[in-house]
Amino acid sequence: MNWLGEFARRLNMLLHRRQFDADLEEEMRLHLELRHEEQRQAGMTAEDARAAVRRQFGNTTYLSEESHFAWGWEWLETLGQDVRYAVRTFSKSRGFTAVVVLTLALGTGATTAIFSVVHATLLRPLPYPKPQQLVSIADDLPGVGGRDVGMSEPEWQDLERSGIFEHVSPTWFDENNLTGSSRPARVRLLIVAPNYFALLGVPPQLGRVFHPEERGPGMLEEVIISDGLWKRAFGSDPNILDRSVRLDTDMYRIVGVMPAGFDAPGRTAEERNIEVWAATNFYGEPLPDEPRRNRRNLPTAVARLKTGLTIAEAQSRLDALVASLQKQFPSDYPPESSWTVRLVPLHQRVVGNVRQSLILLFCAVGLVLLIGCLNVANLLLARASARGREMAVRQALGAARHRVIRQLLTESLILSLVGGIAGMAMLLPLRHCLLRLLPENFPRLNDISISWSVLLFALVASLATGAIFGLAPAREAGRIDLTHALKEATRGSTGSGEQARTRRLLVVTEFALSLVLMIAAGLLLHSFWDLLEVRLGFRPQNVMAVRTRLPDPNEPKTDRYRNAAQERPFLREVLRRVGTLPGVEEVAVGDTASIPLDRSQRELKVISEGQFFARFEGRDTPGDQPSVVERSSVTPEYFHLLGIPLLSGRWFNELDDDKGPQVAVINEAFARTYWPGLNPLGKRFASTRVGSPWITVVGVIANARTESLENADAPQVYLNLYQVSSHRLAIFLRGHFETGAIPEEVREQVQSVDPILPVFGAQTLNEALSASLAERRFAMEIVALFALTALFLSGLGIYGVICYLVSERTHEIGIRLALGAQERNILSMVLEQGLGLALSGAGIGLIGALIVSRLMAGVLYGVGPADPLTFAGVALLLILVALFACYIPARRALRVDPGMALRHE
Amino acid sequence: MHRDEIPPGTLYLLILRTLARSGEMHGYEIANSIQQISNDVLQVEEGSLYPALQRMLIKGWVTAKWGTTAGKRRARYYQLTALGRKQLDVERSQFERVVSAITRVIEAV
Repeated sequence: MNWLGEFARRLNMLLHRRQFDADLEEEMRLHLELRHEEQRQAGMTAEDARAAVRRQFGNTTYLSEESHFAWGWEWLETLGQDVRYAVRTFSKSRGFTAVVVLTLALGTGATTAIFSVVHATLLRPLPYPKPQQLVSIADDLPGVGGRDVGMSEPEWQDLERSGIFEHVSPTWFDENNLTGSSRPARVRLLIVAPNYFALLGVPPQLGRVFHPEERGPGMLEEVIISDGLWKRAFGSDPNILDRSVRLDTDMYRIVGVMPAGFDAPGRTAEERNIEVWAATNFYGEPLPDEPRRNRRNLPTAVARLKTGLTIAEAQSRLDALVASLQKQFPSDYPPESSWTVRLVPLHQRVVGNVRQSLILLFCAVGLVLLIGCLNVANLLLARASARGREMAVRQALGAARHRVIRQLLTESLILSLVGGIAGMAMLLPLRHCLLRLLPENFPRLNDISISWSVLLFALVASLATGAIFGLAPAREAGRIDLTHALKEATRGSTGSGEQARTRRLLVVTEFALSLVLMIAAGLLLHSFWDLLEVRLGFRPQNVMAVRTRLPDPNEPKTDRYRNAAQERPFLREVLRRVGTLPGVEEVAVGDTASIPLDRSQRELKVISEGQFFARFEGRDTPGDQPSVVERSSVTPEYFHLLGIPLLSGRWFNELDDDKGPQVAVINEAFARTYWPGLNPLGKRFASTRVGSPWITVVGVIANARTESLENADAPQVYLNLYQVSSHRLAIFLRGHFETGAIPEEVREQVQSVDPILPVFGAQTLNEALSASLAERRFAMEIVALFALTALFLSGLGIYGVICYLVSERTHEIGIRLALGAQERNILSMVLEQGLGLALSGAGIGLIGALIVSRLMAGVLYGVGPADPLTFAGVALLLILVALFACYIPARRALRVDPGMALRHE
Repeated sequence: MHRDEIPPGTLYLLILRTLARSGEMHGYEIANSIQQISNDVLQVEEGSLYPALQRMLIKGWVTAKWGTTAGKRRARYYQLTALGRKQLDVERSQFERVVSAITRVIEAV
């Protein structure tokens, strides 16, 4: 405790510094006076006594300084002096200070903004207890090109019993019609195992979660709802528990409400914003009573590892389990399909698809900050040369070199801190606008905030920038040659060759970094343009898709749309009614997998919907394996509505109904993949499900980029919706109608056919197109913004250096002009200087860009990482900007009056 | 009259001992006291008392408060603390060890 008391005493002294000094002075004065009186009494003259007393006492100034320093605060007092002095000098040169602070504010502000996103998405663990134990389970069949194909119920049981996991819960995203509220609403439903909430470890805000030990068949009659649904549909009713609700046509009882801000772990916004959770053990009506091992019904699963198990350990135990299961059930796991089960950290599954863009953005913004630092370093160097005399005089008067350097570093740190604070001050009011720039589908959007860690980052970033840009001028000051500087100082500068070299080096580095950033932006822009320019193969203009969903009751007998024959009258009536709406020219219906470029649906991968395992007729020789096939069901009008041309064969027709043989229209890519070199018409394939009928290919259409913009030839199969029905439907409309009003009109028409159906998710295909580009656009826009900032900063940098060079050489230019040099000569002399800097910067930058763009190859489309056009164009742009920045000071050089310049000395 | 400089490092000991003997004292009194008791042999460079007193204040060996001298003048009086008394013992035994060691070296035949 002794040091604590000592610190308290020191602190007390610091707070009463003035009193302290006064006390000490009084004390010493008393001593001197008493001694003086004593000597006088001993008979000395006043003069002699005073001298004797002084001699005996020692140097009072020195002694009071010693006493003062004993308390150990001189560093703080020095800092105070330095800060006061710095503030005074900055307020004298306001323009300089403003430019520096603004540069740093933009740099740290932008870096902090990106960091807050990185922090929330990539760095922060998921908001569940012990999140490092949470994994997502993905089944792959690499042998047949199946990735993340889902698991079967027996496999889930195997995993539960394996001893590797605390809990395993399959999750099955679904939509459902919630009835009982004002109008039928579509809700996002997640079907899970009863252990789901115990697995995540999040308690409800009201009621309870499912009992994890529940083992019964079928759907549990309990559901848990989200805070959002509770507020929206039930007005936050505190007596909600035990309330019955109807999901599709089945009755459920609400037993719990999850807290606000609870998000399910999922890849897309849809999958994260679950509104209702229902539980089942995945067997028994409406699911099969004895689920089969090779029916991969369960799309995906989450699990919590047993305590103390790392993911790697769990994976190796899992691999052993998979191997033994393959031996035990050879017919379910043909070796060719090479079934594997992958454990993916749950965090990675949630944020996986934005990781690359975010890292790219963070690097880009870091580069901008670095360029900003170099720029400020350059400005400070210029100022240092203007202050050369001041520094020299201070050192000549006895200021220690380290003291001067310390003063300069203090100035730099003040600038960086003020810049950082200004950056945060700009960021805070803007943060809501900035968040809107993020794609809606962005993971963990709600977690993004200016937290303490983000503020700490901003502080560290500011201090680091201060250290970076403060080093150059401080080093410079440490090198001043006094005699030289004081002699030179009449010209107001030290004019050291070393300094000029440093400044050129800074500008060259700035240019190189800017070029790297601009080329990255250029490549992204190029990719984006290429994607906008791709031949879609279908016409998205004036097409709107509106979705509806037929109920899936747990009791199949009550399903009014059980099969294609029962669904057919509904489809026909909807087509007829919607077709009569004003402005509507064409109508078609398809399942949700047929909505072009609808990523949100596709990523959810409702297995039964978008994909199936196919076998091909005439090729079921042993060793041939099922292939995973993407398919959608559509009505015949679909192809004409989207403008997809038929290449051979025929469209669907009236004879293709539920009684006739099943037919399919395939695209060229499908034909090429599965019947290379053969005429696909008349060829047959089937689902591997037992009892699945053969499907005959009747038509081949041109490839269209309906699956993804990037992929020109994804194999696609279209089945006839009148033969293979679906409960998740999209109604397509082409025509000239009011896009704002039409969804409501479609709703009326659909509900006049069946009043319990929800109608939702209206979007034009152009919207879907632009949404599918949202993430790419976001990354591109931000990087482009950063690149422009970098360009501007390096332009400023070179401008500053050339200005400096011109002012240095005013005298020389004056002489040249007096001796008859042409304007042209002077201009080219100055421009050559700038061009030299820009060219060396660009040269180094090109090499850097080659390295960086190779790392970016994954996010590029249609353009090579070393695209010569982008590289050359961007380098040229940079050099032009440099020349322009040099031209302004060069013009100024021309206005030098030779007489003035020569007298200037 | 010749006066000897005090050996380095013993200033604390002298101040502590002086204060221990006479309770409260101000700087001038301390200087005088050391001088008188040593029969004018020991001469403190009087000013250096003050930085030393400051360091002792920091360590918590002494406390200071303002009072009035017999001559009705304001003076700062220093007083030993419990910690200071302990320190005095430490300094004293250390000094004695050194002195006896030096004596032994000098007197060795």
